[in-house]
Amino acid sequence: MSPYGTPGGYGAPAGPTVFDPATLPSDDNVNAYTFCVELKGSQWFLQKGKMIAYYGSMEFNGVGHGRLDRLVRTSFHSPLHASDWVVAEGSGKMLLADRAFDVNSYDLEDGNLTIRSGNLLAFQPTLALKQSIVPGFLTLIGTGKFVAASNGPVVFMEPPIRVDPQALVGWADCPSPCHHYDHGYMTGVMGGLRALTGLGGASGEEHQFEFVGAGTVLLQSTETLMAEQATGAVPPDAGVPGSGGTHTGPSQAAGTPRLPGQLGDLQRRFGL
Amino acid sequence: MLAVDMTGDAVKAKNGSMVAYDGQMAFKKMSGGGEGIRGMVTRRLTGEQMTVMEVKGHGTCWFADRASEINLVNLQGDKLYVESSNLLATDAGLRTGTSFTGMRGASQGNGLFTTTVEGHGQAAIMSDGPAVVLRVSSQYPLTVDPGAYVAHQGNLRQSFQSGVTFRTLMGEGGGEAFQIRFEGDGLVYVQPSERNTIAGDV
Repeated sequence: MSPYGTPGGYGAPAGPTVFDPATLPSDDNVNAYTFCVELKGSQWFLQKGKMIAYYGSMEFNGVGHGRLDRLVRTSFHSPLHASDWVVAEGSGKMLLADRAFDVNSYDLEDGNLTIRSGNLLAFQPTLALKQSIVPGFLTLIGTGKFVAASNGPVVFMEPPIRVDPQALVGWADCPSPCHHYDHGYMTGVMGGLRALTGLGGASGEEHQFEFVGAGTVLLQSTETLMAEQATGAVPPDAGVPGSGGTHTGPSQAAGTPRLPGQLGDLQRRFGL
Repeated sequence: MLAVDMTGDAVKAKNGSMVAYDGQMAFKKMSGGGEGIRGMVTRRLTGEQMTVMEVKGHGTCWFADRASEINLVNLQGDKLYVESSNLLATDAGLRTGTSFTGMRGASQGNGLFTTTVEGHGQAAIMSDGPAVVLRVSSQYPLTVDPGAYVAHQGNLRQSFQSGVTFRTLMGEGGGEAFQIRFEGDGLVYVQPSERNTIAGDV
């Protein structure tokens, strides 16, 4: 028997835990930053480059791979993300991690969950991935497990709640994500100037996301956003938010793009 | 943060990594990693330069570097292979040297050479996030992403796997085109984060 063969025989007593395929957890966290997926001839979708190591035999194929066509048709509905995702198949145990961020797995049971696209790491093909109507977010529908990363541990909250845009990771079952502005503070010319320039004391918290109804809201415990994963563009149809397609209202006609958090242009404040 | 208790003995540590100490300590810069002129020339040539200091004295000395995670490795006469940028401190009794890594080093973007630590004692290695230690034995070979690899020890053979196909060139690769496969007997340290490697995007 080699010195590495006996658990704890190496590096003991103060040494770190040594894992092998038998002691690695199955579909669970190894530590706060690493997640272990067990594949038994099954498949998992994962974001490109998040696999750090694996035991066993596995194959990683881009979503565009011809053999995966049927799988992609049933559980991958974001054609514009295809280049960021791969399908792992085979048998063995695989470790996933993302830039030393916290990772967690979540179980959905006949449910739906919307998550910021940069936070989603991997999911089982029993879930269907779709682009959310809210730009930059992805929605998972169905039953199965998925793995998400967050900057700091995730906190679960019950609506009604207003959250900071930077701390929002995702939400489940909430029918009504919407913007909320502290209007009393921000109306009028002075309020607008304050919000734009920060002079006279903008608290930086005038803009929140508001959730009401039954469901769960997921927050990360920092306001540092994770790098946004490109989600592709939505088709330029009329009525599709963020598509830049047909303008449907006079308010869009101003032409200049508006900064997030900005209420409206000065003309609108004066009712012009 | 690594705390080292010393009673008249010495440790070798990365230059400038001391953050605090109490008691009596003497810091001596060792040119060429303490391996003599030959070692120094080898390190220059191989790009595995490290500037090392010798800390000697009585008391406790604390080391840290860029808030990265520190993992302790016990060596009992075997060899630890680690990138010089990931090595924080070693017992003075451990020998350091350089060795050729071939394609693995190239795929990591760390150059073709790596640092070896040999002997009996402890070494401290750094990683981005706590490293996961994976055992490799004859029935369980391990495959690792070059960007997440930190170090390995023991009697391991490594081979370089490339999954580059015409699909990779078409921009539809699996994202894991380059992998290192470890076989034999030993331990591999991986970090929960990936360095930027040339393989990262294919």
